[in-house]
Amino acid sequence: MRNPLATLTSVLAQGGLWLAAFISVFPFYWMVVGATNTANEVTAGKVTFGTHMFENITKFFTLVDAPRIFGNSFFVAITGTAVTLIVTSLAGYGFEIFRSKSRDRVFGGLLLLLSVPFAALMVPLFVMFSKAGLANTYIAIMLPGFAAIFMIFYFRQNTKAFPHELRDAARLDGLKEWQIFLYIYMPVMRSTYAAAMIIVFMTNWNSYLWPLIVLQTNEMKTITLVVASLASAYTPDYGLIMIANVLATLPTILVFFLLQRRFVEGMLGSVK
Amino acid sequence: MAKGETTARENRAGWSFIAPAMVLLGLFMVYPIIWSLWMSFQTGKGMAIKFGGFANIIRLTKDPVFQHALSNTLIFLVIQVPIMIVLALLFAVALNNPQLRGRAILRTAIFLPCVTSLVAYSVLFKSMFALDGVINNTLLTLHIISEPIGWMLEPFWAKVLIILAITWRWTGYNMVFYLAALQNIDPSIYEAARIDGIPARARFFSMTIPMLKPVILFTTVLSTIGTLQLFDEVNLITASAGNGGTPADSTLTLSLYIYKLVFQFMPTYGYAATVSWLIVALVGILSWIQFQVAKER
Repeated sequence: MRNPLATLTSVLAQGGLWLAAFISVFPFYWMVVGATNTANEVTAGKVTFGTHMFENITKFFTLVDAPRIFGNSFFVAITGTAVTLIVTSLAGYGFEIFRSKSRDRVFGGLLLLLSVPFAALMVPLFVMFSKAGLANTYIAIMLPGFAAIFMIFYFRQNTKAFPHELRDAARLDGLKEWQIFLYIYMPVMRSTYAAAMIIVFMTNWNSYLWPLIVLQTNEMKTITLVVASLASAYTPDYGLIMIANVLATLPTILVFFLLQRRFVEGMLGSVK
Repeated sequence: MAKGETTARENRAGWSFIAPAMVLLGLFMVYPIIWSLWMSFQTGKGMAIKFGGFANIIRLTKDPVFQHALSNTLIFLVIQVPIMIVLALLFAVALNNPQLRGRAILRTAIFLPCVTSLVAYSVLFKSMFALDGVINNTLLTLHIISEPIGWMLEPFWAKVLIILAITWRWTGYNMVFYLAALQNIDPSIYEAARIDGIPARARFFSMTIPMLKPVILFTTVLSTIGTLQLFDEVNLITASAGNGGTPADSTLTLSLYIYKLVFQFMPTYGYAATVSWLIVALVGILSWIQFQVAKER
């Protein structure tokens, strides 16, 4: 026989959770519904599906050079992710496998760097890239993110699970250190890479402040920036914005639902 | 002898593996940090700068806009972070109950907001909280309010809106950290406590919280750093309300102020660098305090 207080608590907890779930999901519903309504209907709070979706889509594709913009986003996110994974996994592997006092001290220094907010870096970075004539380029968007400290931590943590016997055997076979990394470590750790890939891809895809600073022309913009600039218009056209928003969010939502478990692994990976 | 050789070889390999990351971090973190430290002692606009000693720090103490940005940022920090951490903890503990029906759906739903980009959700919130928008309409229909709230017009409500938005986006994210930590706790400990007649509330405060302390500390430090850097949401939801009704700097944050100093007014790099160093100092001080508090408990 359960006591009534416990029953009440459990009912409250259930109710609270379902309410939280509703609040969490509602904006997604709102976004999709908004994409089928006119700007006026969205601002007036219409919560039912309308008939203006094709109108909004047409408007989006005439106003925005969609192939170019999505091309920018995919190029920057994919290239950025590939290079970040290589650079940070090399470093994580190096710190963990070849332990030394001086390298551990360097690693401790990274912890300090992690606490430096981007706001402190954005001004000098902007001046650096402008002076180097690299403002408004793909490389400018990607370069500062390549050595993501969080990912170095992540790979170091996960390298602890890499079996030493594999490395010893490979060395007996006469493989060089870089060959061990390339032919043994990378294939063995592929699920670690997969989880990291999701997190880095999403971060790059969603990146806003740095691209906003370093990009100057419309044809270089990513979809995230396009959504932001559509929304900052004096009279924002919400039907159009919602279509843009759906398209901008679709890749990350797909990744999330297809690879949810890996996504969580990647998120938690650096604190294990 | 042979051992010495391997060590030298290993040492060389170690440095080569971390070299690319170190070069990149040196160029794009360490160098900018030193540059901005040097810059914070320079005064002047654009490229016409000269050494100004502590002039920028003195300017901080006399700049009402900066003080506004600082107090706004601290208000967001002090109110939003605790609300979010507590909510995330409660959700995690409730979801950790194996008897709960619909666990997987609830967990996914509450976690879902963190797949959206900051831009995407800011835009959604801006449209939902319009004067005649869906939130005001609903509250009016339910008779919770008698006239529409000027979410993006009144300074107080603009702050509330930003807090609501950030809480929506990050609660699920933090919850997942707690859930993962809870799953590592041996359920038999709870079983034993339950059999000993320790009530649920006491179990929560004297068992769950202490066991989750490292994760709570970790998420609190992360959230503190995040909130001190708050930019995207305020820039997109309230600062550029677009209807001419931006509530006079009521949601201006330190990051947004730095951005404005450099990219909207005539660039004053030195002063902007000083403000950014203040953020670094705040992150340092607050993280230290949080570590101390966690140690004492």
